[in-house]
Order: sequence, then C-alpha cells, then structure tokens
Amino acid sequence: MTLAGESLNFANSEEQELLAASIARFVEREYAFATRRGIIASADGYSADVWTTLANLGLLGLPLPSEYGGLGGGAVDAVPVMEGIGEALMVEPYLATVGLGAQFVARGGTSAQKERILPAVIAGTMKLAFAQIETGARYNLAHIAARARNTEDGDFVIDGEKRGVEHGICADLLVVSARVTGEIDSREGIRVFLVDPRTPGVMRRAYRTLDSLRSADIAFANVRVPADAVLGGENSGLALIEEVADYATALVCAEAVGAIRYANEATLEYLRTRKQFGVPIGAFQALQHRMVDLAIEYEQAKSMASLACMSVDTEVDPAQRSRVVSAAKIRIADACRLVSQESVQLHGAMGMSDEIKLSHTFRRLTMIAQQFGDADHHLERFAKS
Amino acid sequence: MNLNYSAEQLGFRDQVRVWLRSNLPDELRDKVVRYQALSREELLSWHKILAAQGWIAPSWPREWGGTDWGVVERYIFEEECGYAGAPPLVPFGLAMCAPVLLKFGTEDQKRRFLPRIYHGIDVWCQGYSEPGSGSDLASLRTTARRDGDHYVVNGQKTWTTLAHWADWIFCLVRTDPGSAKKQDGISFLLLDMKTPGVTVRPLLLMDGGHEVNEVFFDDVNVPLENLVHEEGKGWTVAKYLLGHERLNTARLGTSKRELESLKAFAAQQLKDGRPLLDDPRFRDHVSRVEIELMALSITNLRFLDQLRDGRAPGAEVSMLKIKGTQIQQRLAELMMQAAGPLAQSVAAIEGLDAFDAYTAALAPRYCNFRKTSIYAGSNEIQRNIIAKHVLGL
Repeated sequence: MTLAGESLNFANSEEQELLAASIARFVEREYAFATRRGIIASADGYSADVWTTLANLGLLGLPLPSEYGGLGGGAVDAVPVMEGIGEALMVEPYLATVGLGAQFVARGGTSAQKERILPAVIAGTMKLAFAQIETGARYNLAHIAARARNTEDGDFVIDGEKRGVEHGICADLLVVSARVTGEIDSREGIRVFLVDPRTPGVMRRAYRTLDSLRSADIAFANVRVPADAVLGGENSGLALIEEVADYATALVCAEAVGAIRYANEATLEYLRTRKQFGVPIGAFQALQHRMVDLAIEYEQAKSMASLACMSVDTEVDPAQRSRVVSAAKIRIADACRLVSQESVQLHGAMGMSDEIKLSHTFRRLTMIAQQFGDADHHLERFAKS
Repeated sequence: MNLNYSAEQLGFRDQVRVWLRSNLPDELRDKVVRYQALSREELLSWHKILAAQGWIAPSWPREWGGTDWGVVERYIFEEECGYAGAPPLVPFGLAMCAPVLLKFGTEDQKRRFLPRIYHGIDVWCQGYSEPGSGSDLASLRTTARRDGDHYVVNGQKTWTTLAHWADWIFCLVRTDPGSAKKQDGISFLLLDMKTPGVTVRPLLLMDGGHEVNEVFFDDVNVPLENLVHEEGKGWTVAKYLLGHERLNTARLGTSKRELESLKAFAAQQLKDGRPLLDDPRFRDHVSRVEIELMALSITNLRFLDQLRDGRAPGAEVSMLKIKGTQIQQRLAELMMQAAGPLAQSVAAIEGLDAFDAYTAALAPRYCNFRKTSIYAGSNEIQRNIIAKHVLGL
C-alpha cells in the first residue's frame, strides 16, 4: 500500500499479496491451533522449528537493511506478517526480535554492531528482547532508574531491574535502557546497551503471560559491558527508544488487525451455525447489529494500523510520527476491547472455554490493548501533541 | 420517600458487621480479597460457620432453619457478607434446590435433603445447560426413561459449575420425548453424582481455572422417589426457580468492596511519580463506576421496598443482573488497567520468591468475569425478559 503522489493507492502490491498468501499457507500447514497448543505448553514456550521456517521464508529479514542480508522493507511491508501473526496467535519472538531489538541495531548501531547482529537475526540464529519497563514506570519511556556507570577503562557497569521483558528468557541478546546521568523521568542521560544475558550479574526470572507468551523480570547487578555495547550516539538514547517504540507499536497495531479479523470471522460463523429457538442466532436483529459494529471496528482498526505503519516508515518529524502512532493505538485499543468482549459474549459460555481459539484471541487482544501504552496513555500523548 | 435504612435496620446491620468481624476467619477473608482460589473445604468451612450461627438459610421457613428476617434484613445480611470479604456460598443447594423442594417437594424429600444442604454435608450442582441448549433451555435432550422403580437417564449437561465437587445434581430431563410442545415432557430429577454411569469432565476457562464441567449420563439409574413435582411438570419448576427471589443478584456488597480495593490499588500504583488515582483520566473511570454503583444501590433499595409488600419480584431482577454484572466487569477491568504493564505476567515459571500473586491475579480475573454477563441467563436473555414482561414489546 502506498500513498503515491496525488493518487491514492490502497491496493497491496503484488509482492505484498504473494507474501500474505505465503504466510497464510505457512499458518495453515504449520501453525494450526492444535499445534500452537503444544508450543505454548512446551518448556521454551515457542517453537525453534517455526523460527527456522520464518528465517527460511525470509520473514526475519523483511524489515531489515538489505546490506546485511535483509529485504530492506518497512513497517508497511511487514503488515501481512504481523496480521498473520495476529490471526494465528503466533507466540514466537518476532516482534521482540525483528520489531524491537533488531530495529535498535539497524537504526542506532555502528556498522560493526550491525555486522555482528543483523545477519545472525536474519538467519534465525540470534533472538533479541528489549528490557525497558521498570516498577512504577507504567508506559513512560523516560522512567528509567537503572544506572550505567562509566568506568575508567571505558566499560560500563549496569545496575537496575527491568520488568515484564517479553521473550526475555529465550533472547540471546538483550537491548537494555539505562541512565548514565540525570534523575528518573528526565529525558536526558538515557543510553541503550547491548547486554549478553549470560554476563555475570544478570538474573532472569521467567513468567507466563496472560496471552501465553513468556516474559521475564531481569535484574542487573554490577553487570560489566564493554564500551562498544552502547547503541546510538551521545544523548540519542530516549529519541532512539521513542522511534523504535513507535515502530513496534505500529507493528502491534497490524497484529491486532489480524487478531480482530479472526475474532470477527469466528463470531460470524458462530452466529450462522449456532441454533437456538429453532433458528441460527444470527437471525436475531439484536445480535446482527452488534456483529455489524464489530465489522466496522475492523475497518477502522485496519485503516489506523495502515496509517501508523506508513507514518513510521516515512514521517521525518518525530512529533508528528508519535501523534499518528498514538491516534492509531487509541483506536486499536478501543477496537481490541470491543471486539474481544463482544465476540466472547456472542459465543456465550463457549467463548469462555480455554479449548477454543477465540478465548486465546480474547487474551491477546486484551494484552495488545495495553502493550506500549493503553488508550489513556496515548490519549494523553495525543492531546499534548 | 426515604432512601435510608430505619434505625432498626441500621442496628441490624451493625450487629451483622460486629459478628462478621469476629467470626469471618482472617485466612478465608484474605484469600477472597486477594483473589486467590478457595478449595471445597474452605468454601464449606464458611458455610458451616454460618450454619452454626443459624444464618445460612435466612429465607427458608422457620421450621427448616430460616431466620424470619424481612427482605430488607436479608438483603443487608448478604450485602454485608459480600462487603466483608466472606467467601461466596455455593447457591445450587441453598438458593436453588432448597426453594424448589420447599415449594414442590414431598415431606420425605424435604427431610432427606434440606438438613444436609443446611449443614453443608452435600454440595449440589445444577444440570441445566446442554451443548445444544443454552439460552433455549427448553430444547434440552437428556432423557429419562421409566423402567420399573427407577428412571434410566442418558445424555449430557455442560458448563456445570462445581460438578467436580458436587455430591448431587438437580437436572432437567426429558421424560416424554413425544410431547408436542418442547416445554412439556420435561421433569425435574435429583441425581446422586456417585451413581454408576455419571462421568464428569473438566472444562477449563480462559483464566486457566477449573470451575465448570461437562457431565455425561450413561444409563444412570435414578429412583422414582427422586422426581420432584409431577412427571412432565419440570418446566413449571424451572420457571419458579428463575423467578425466585434473588435479592443479591447485583452483588452490590462485593462491588462496594471491590471499588475500595480499586481505589487502594490505584493509590499505590505510580504514574509519573504520583498515585495513579490522582491522574484525572484514570480517576474519571473510577468515578464513573462509583456513580453507577451508587445509582444501582438506590435502585436496588427501591425494588426491595416494593418487595416488602410481598409482591413477587419480576423483571427487576433482570435489570439488577445486567447493571450489576456490568459494574463487576468494569471494576475487574480497571484493576487490570491500574496494574499497567505489570498485569501481563500471570504465572511464575521460575522465581516464585518474588512472585506477586495479587497483581498476577488481576488479568485472569478480568477474563473470568466475562462469564458474569453470560451465566445465569445471559444479559441478552435478561433484556428479552424486560422487553417482553416490562415493556410489553
């Protein structure tokens, strides 16, 4: 999809159509709901085989620079992947690795850092996670108490505690925000570091999330990293974090669109097939109108997710980019809430059952509504902009 | 018009409060207010404390252990229990099977079952919903065929709450498959869960909890004396039960406590270094639900006042169910929202020492509470009742 010159063009390009079709085939073949059930119950909580397949399909390199083996695409090009992930409820660390971690490297890394990390990510041999949130931070990206002390020999020593690091257990490399100077909430003095989780002083505690992903609380005690572990230039810390967070937020909006599409399809099918009082329950106008509202939510969500992805790809003014991303996230959060709640309600007790995919979609939509900031957080940011 | 309790009623409320303070065990209350699961034994332990006090079945006739309280006193008692953080009582025996037996049961049935329900010896569950029969309950297909001195029951119930803990189940079954009207030919049977041919299979809900089940009946023999009311008149019994006085449908006491929990929790959560509760945007959400709760409390009292004259409750119960569940759901949602990004981690895989079970319970609880607008007559069915019986549409 492009907005080229004066003529609007919302059609997918041929490449995007092919990509979407190949993802649909992959999901149908290798990511059925029963397969996912086994994956989320496994010790690692994700499938290494699926990860390899994603690498082989070229999807890990899709939105990464071509000089390091990627396809050089943007968020817009990743939309079919994210929608596919949302539709299938994939639990592999795509967003954490490609949407967050590798974006830090691609945007803020030196050529040596890129050379070391991006080809490995694209090949599927290195997974990343972003350790950012701290106790009391909520969605404020500047709320960083973790400290990075500069030593005489140029190394940094990191101390602090990060919470809810998505895929923080399977990650081979962590992107960690910490403060070199300044007090909590100050926009200045933040830097981003690459930390090998096997470094002495890193302690990870594993959790399962509501939506069956894996997260970690990660403590850093006297963790020594070399000078070349710093990402981005002087004082580019928070700006880089905001840029990547906006990018990942746009991607998760696209993921929500896929999940909403599934919820709506499943609910429509249920209204058509579930019979009570001798007729399909979809014959009742009271339910028809509610289904119509869900269909409208999908279209509105799809529009705003597209707008956000275009904005993170092309908007050069960070303030304008953030404004659009916040608008999208508000709209998506509202859609996630309405669609998840109504699709379960229209399914009746069946919608509550762990045995059906819809209840898992409900959980993912619930978490997406809060991921990278709930509607209130983005309303505040939008209103201030 | 007087929207306040009388001095006598206030005195009664204080008496209940004082009693709850010294008789509700701390460990039970803590589990309830901290959203931790209760075992069968824990639920029954509270039941038995109330039974020993003579307060377990206020609405029953005096001769069977009732308290002779008026509707307002009964309501106050239920609200105070909810507000204090008392465990919920399993309603299927006390508030469902017992009223049916009191209305339709034989003397022998009352003597057999009521004392055991009263003292918490038997746990009951409700055999209503079937895979093809939810809102359209009368389409049920489980059959009971008469064979000498017993019925032979075959079929399946589903979404059966607490069947895995139950000693008995009351069931709607079809005794006359040939009847022209689907409401005819249904009978109300009492069935011992230990009878050969009864199989219970757990159904996990999306919060990971086990509270509902499928119950299968495969040639289950039920003695004829376990039929309640006449054969083929089970729908009359079911309708009586649906219209039966349910004063606490809105669960206002529990919601008042949850509102306080929400405020306390949001006051502890920090946003930009200040309590989240002081954030105008979040505060407005809390205020909105507080005002809904305030309005529903008064609405509830107005309905109670009408019931004092002995009039049977009608569609008021449906209104209380709809608004009450919306409030419960919103409170659970705001609790999850207050926890922010920390709400996502719900179970510890490693590092149990640092695990915050309270925060971890919030998102699953939000999920679980979606059931409230589905169970006990979905809110859609409640709206149908109001449309038909109040508005005459």
